[in-house]
Amino acid sequence: MREITLSQAVNEAIAEEMRRDPTVFIMGEDVAEAGTPFKVLSGLVEEFGTTRVIDTPISEPGFVGLAVGAAMTGARPIVDLMFGDFIYLVMDQLCNQAAKQHYMSGGKLKVPMVLRTNMGATRRSAAQHSQSLQALVAHIPGLKVAMPSSAYEAKGLMKTAIRDNNPVVIFEDKLMYQDKAPVPEEEYLIPFGVANIKREGTDITFIATSSMVQVAEKAADILAKEGISAEVIDPRTIVPLDEATLIESVRKTSRAIVIDEGHQSYGVTAEIASRLNEKAFYHLDAPVLRMGAMDVPVPFSPALEDVTVPTPETVAANARKLCAGEMIDAA
Amino acid sequence: MAKTKTNTEDYLRMYRQMVRIRTFEDNANQLYLSAKMPGLTHMYSGEEAVAVGICEALTDDDRITSTHRGHGHCVAKGANFKEMFCELLGKEEGYCRGKGGSMHIADQSHGNLGANAIVGGSMGIATGSALRAKLLGQTDVTVCFFGDGATAQGLLYEVMNMAALWHLPVIYACENNGYSEYTKTEEIAAGSITARAEAFGIEAFKVDGQDVLAVNELTQTLVARCRKGEGPFFIELETYRYHGHHVGDINREYYRSKDEEKDWKENRDPIVRFRAWLVDQGIATEDEIEAMNAEIEADATKAVAYAEAAKYPDVSEVNMHVYAD
Repeated sequence: MREITLSQAVNEAIAEEMRRDPTVFIMGEDVAEAGTPFKVLSGLVEEFGTTRVIDTPISEPGFVGLAVGAAMTGARPIVDLMFGDFIYLVMDQLCNQAAKQHYMSGGKLKVPMVLRTNMGATRRSAAQHSQSLQALVAHIPGLKVAMPSSAYEAKGLMKTAIRDNNPVVIFEDKLMYQDKAPVPEEEYLIPFGVANIKREGTDITFIATSSMVQVAEKAADILAKEGISAEVIDPRTIVPLDEATLIESVRKTSRAIVIDEGHQSYGVTAEIASRLNEKAFYHLDAPVLRMGAMDVPVPFSPALEDVTVPTPETVAANARKLCAGEMIDAA
Repeated sequence: MAKTKTNTEDYLRMYRQMVRIRTFEDNANQLYLSAKMPGLTHMYSGEEAVAVGICEALTDDDRITSTHRGHGHCVAKGANFKEMFCELLGKEEGYCRGKGGSMHIADQSHGNLGANAIVGGSMGIATGSALRAKLLGQTDVTVCFFGDGATAQGLLYEVMNMAALWHLPVIYACENNGYSEYTKTEEIAAGSITARAEAFGIEAFKVDGQDVLAVNELTQTLVARCRKGEGPFFIELETYRYHGHHVGDINREYYRSKDEEKDWKENRDPIVRFRAWLVDQGIATEDEIEAMNAEIEADATKAVAYAEAAKYPDVSEVNMHVYAD
């Protein structure tokens, strides 16, 4: 099978859906000729023109608001938010407007829009261009949240997001744009709320999102050499969450570490760990461990930044302790 | 008042709609005062000529976005009393199945994209609706209602910039009732409100919001121009809110005088003025108008009674409509 980058996969997904449905359009800062700073959208404006690939002013609340209104009245907008950190700027439009219209109208209005943005530290971009803010939006009923972990996942989840009748936020890890993976030529979609068991194991379950899936797989490789068998599960979407698959795995392995690049406190890892405690407690041999980013603003210096996020080594070290029945010094 | 015209049916409908709004609000206020309505509400009384003058220039395909003070827009865009009172009381047959209440009330089937409880919160939605019309080659126009208080929100300037850049068919209708909640507008708005729109190259107009014919005539012109691709436009409508910011805002002399309220009610009431004009022009007699008023009052009484007796939604609906299928 051919291999393409995550960036190409997103581009293909959007192009295919724009060809399929004339109501799909994309807007954001420098999405047209520039194709975004990461060049993810290069070539789209040449095919679809500036009426459907719309460069906006630097007005995040404004253009997200426009997307909400366009979605409520029959279009399927994709909004490009250049950095995930800018989500704070659009919280009213996303959380008070987009997320609640369907409910507040008693089911009469719909907001089929996609907000695609990014996440991920260790790009030396400091505290306002490095955050992973999926927990903020996952907290809000009415929004769906997808976190692709590879080019294959990114394409299938994006296509599903565009066809979904709800506001969907997709977080792409900006360090993975050039990562290649096998992606079929023929069309496919990945349904929301269906976790992917990336690797089967028997001693411990790693539940990991986005780029943390790679971290978990590398940790599993390290542990395999030591005779510890780790299962790796990618939930793909954190809203909706495929709780059943996660619980089933933990019942089997009796131990779990949840890994996500958002801040650890009050985060995605806390939510998933809590659900496992509530629903698989009597099958557990050790506390479910959270591993998120440190609760500090992301520092600039490489010497500092690299220690703020989970790594294969730290995940493997914690897994060893859990499997040995040792206490964890958790944050 | 504008010069005589021959389309008497339109005039009588405008009068009827203004009285329906006033009557709806009087009944809503009574529901609040008698503790029959959960929560609170914001009365539109006094501003009827704005909603009616504008909505009478629109078709069912045209969209509006409304505000926390949204009952007037809702009636003017074609809603029924029965479903509105049901919504106000949180009943199953309400327009939003009781999930929205006063601050989110809307008859979506007539192009009302919802009342919005965030001041200025619907400016993006209205402009996005206009962007959709342009993108999909549709000819409808969107009117964005908001108050003078909302002109302090940055969102307005972001969306007006884009609407002007892309010539979107949207009309920004600023209902200037003189007060931003409990504060005089002159204390929160520097310079001129219309000049702000003009800075983006948007044609802006100031109109007497108590004169339904003036409002309607201007809106008709601007809607037609929007359909030809000449939008966006901005209208500042000078009007007045008879009640407080919300129904519980009773003692308000610390921010405005009773004399001022009396002056607007006695000398500039949009319904009284239009009624006198209708009689003066021989369009309707006093008796005909009294009969119309009585009929509307009876409709409202019936709708209130219906809503009071109506069912609440089943508790199983609480987690319905979080996500669309």
